[in-house]
Amino acid sequence: MRKNLNVIAAYTIMMGLIIIVGIFQSWNIALSIFNLCLISAVMTMGANIQWGYAGLINFGIMGYTALGGLAAVLISVDPVHEAWSAGGSNIIISLLLIIGMVLAVRYVLKKYEKSKVRTYIIATIIIAGIIIIRFVSEPGIEAIEEVDPAKTGFLGGFGLPIIFSWIVGALFAGGLAFVIGKVALGLRADYLAIATLLISEIVIAIIKHEDWLTRGVKNVIGLKRPAPYEVNLQQTDWFINLVERFNSSKLNLITDLTERQAALNQFVIEGSSIFVKLCYSGMFLIVVIILLILTQKALYSPWGRMMRAIRDNEEAANAMGKNVVKQHLLIFVLGSAIVGIAGAMLVTQDGLFTPGSYRPMRYTFLIWVMVIVGGSGNNFGAILGGFVVWFLWIESAPIGLYLVNLTTAGLADTHFLKVHLIESVPYFRFLMMGIGLLLIMRYRPKGILPEKIEIK
Amino acid sequence: MDYINAIVLLLNYIFVPALAYGSQLALGAIFVTLIYGILRFANFATGDMMSFGTMITILFTWYFQSLGISLGILPTALIAIPFAIIFMVGYMLLIDKFVFKYYRVSKSPPVQLAMVSIGVMFVTQAVVRIIIGPSDRRFFDGEKFLIKAGEFKEMTGLNEGLAIKSTQVITIVVTLILVSALFWFLNKTKTGKSMRAYSDNEDLALLSGIDPKKIVMITWIIAGVLATIGGALYGLDKSFKPFTYFNNMLPIFAAAIVGGIGNPFGAFLGGYVIAFSEILLTYAYKKFFMYLLPESLEPNTLLQLLSTDYKFAVSFSILVIVLLYRPSGIFKGKIL
Repeated sequence: MRKNLNVIAAYTIMMGLIIIVGIFQSWNIALSIFNLCLISAVMTMGANIQWGYAGLINFGIMGYTALGGLAAVLISVDPVHEAWSAGGSNIIISLLLIIGMVLAVRYVLKKYEKSKVRTYIIATIIIAGIIIIRFVSEPGIEAIEEVDPAKTGFLGGFGLPIIFSWIVGALFAGGLAFVIGKVALGLRADYLAIATLLISEIVIAIIKHEDWLTRGVKNVIGLKRPAPYEVNLQQTDWFINLVERFNSSKLNLITDLTERQAALNQFVIEGSSIFVKLCYSGMFLIVVIILLILTQKALYSPWGRMMRAIRDNEEAANAMGKNVVKQHLLIFVLGSAIVGIAGAMLVTQDGLFTPGSYRPMRYTFLIWVMVIVGGSGNNFGAILGGFVVWFLWIESAPIGLYLVNLTTAGLADTHFLKVHLIESVPYFRFLMMGIGLLLIMRYRPKGILPEKIEIK
Repeated sequence: MDYINAIVLLLNYIFVPALAYGSQLALGAIFVTLIYGILRFANFATGDMMSFGTMITILFTWYFQSLGISLGILPTALIAIPFAIIFMVGYMLLIDKFVFKYYRVSKSPPVQLAMVSIGVMFVTQAVVRIIIGPSDRRFFDGEKFLIKAGEFKEMTGLNEGLAIKSTQVITIVVTLILVSALFWFLNKTKTGKSMRAYSDNEDLALLSGIDPKKIVMITWIIAGVLATIGGALYGLDKSFKPFTYFNNMLPIFAAAIVGGIGNPFGAFLGGYVIAFSEILLTYAYKKFFMYLLPESLEPNTLLQLLSTDYKFAVSFSILVIVLLYRPSGIFKGKIL
């Protein structure tokens, strides 16, 4: 108990902060912060597995998040039958061609010794394959994108409940990580960082511009929800009764019947959106707890010890007969899959998929700040980092505004400096993140909750 | 005649823009490569440092414009750049003193320095956005075109026009002067030679009496010059927007690594490799072949290898291929 005192204290303070937001701003804001904190926590756990357990730098978090989001779209949207009949066959033939191309390359790689001729043959196969695939897919893609472009213009998905996408998102992200890992894991740390950053940009470029698959920058809106809709809730009797009971003390003060009804309606509207957010919180909390149990178990298992050995001294671990390359690949895939889950959760909560919003600042670098601030190698630290950093990311605007008002209190409201500073309040979050990261790296390089290894 | 038309077409849409864009990337890439070679970390704040330098240039340009100073047909920004460089170098040395020095002295691994540079990236980005705002700004004044497309057509009687913007010429000329000066400095002067020695083998350089503090300071000064000029030229040619500058970091990294990181000449050429391949692969060649081929063979598609949306993806793919097959870069940089 005593050993974990700092963990408990840190989490209590964090929850206290969120509750303060609930009391002083509104419960709606507090809950939406809380939900995104939970999603961030899942992402940081993924990044922490890679960086904290194995020392692998992955700056491609944005790419896996977007793939998770894509999974949510592909799973939950109803299939567009006209699009399938217009161009589905071309797409399927193209897919088969891609598989054929990959198999051909693999065959050549296995069959022949490494030589210049082999490199040229592979290059020819790939170039010829790309040209053929373009010729096959082009008419299909055009046909698909012409099907009612204002509403669909893409193939749609499978029409399954969106919850399944959390698993599929993990598979997508893991699959991508497998390919990237095979290719790039041999690179030295900072090159791996740059390579993964650039590959994630390529992933985003594809998602943004392949309209037949993702609708691209036209966005997919109105995804199915796993939680009830506010509008439906507001007309359900049990919910109205529940809200009435909760607010009975306030309602009883109002004697006038019509006024009472109006107040009740107001409470019901507010309550419904809080209720929906609570549903999400519950679902996300389950995911976080399951992942936390699994990662903690893994950390203290023989496998976790091996990973730390590989992280701390690769050569020694290799000499002891551990397959470093294979373990690195495994952990790269696992961590990325967890990030994929978070990506699907994010789209599930928002109910919309906007490829244009995936930017490296928000989805890669911010997550890294979370991991480093929280404490790499320590799951509780990483989760706390997700909470603290996301909380500051959202609340830095009000805090910044308060600071600006405080420092410029002597100036008139129309003074140009004050006006300018108040306009630029949204950018104070970058400043806070940067200074926070620099301070933590300088004075507490292991994070708020540092890694603690005890052999159990 | 058709052949000349085809050549002019390529000059106008591929060669001139790629040369200008390549020069801008080359300056950034040399910046990255110098920091990597001498201070030994991948600087993720590159794009934002360039935008910081550009921002100061813009502020000085506005100041000079308000005073009524101008260079006639040349942009006012050219007088502002030297003043901006002074501020930028000061900023760089300040960051080094308060942030990077600690990790250099305590010999932290390069990864940690790269993480620290992310912190610097956040702070610089915030400062730029707080001071000048996130919106798109143009600060170009003076004569816009050196040769206008219409005039060129009249002069030569060709169907295709060749437009050369004065900013493109300025970019190329300034880059050439700056890069030649830099190579002269690195290869001929004593300080430059000691910088190369330090980059090659730190311990040996220290043994032969090279002062590391001086080397680091000069590196930051050169970096400040390159970042300001590279950023300002890009801003003059296109426009200034903090977010674009942040994104430009990625092709700049690609250029530095393709050229062989730690090798300034490689980085210089790498900038052009990236720029030309981006534009060559995303250009629609339909019109070009319409001039060359007889009418019966005229193409009916755009003949575009990749849509322009994939411009960035092209440079990243090149980078990934280079990293895999020749990790030391095309022009042999440090072995990674």
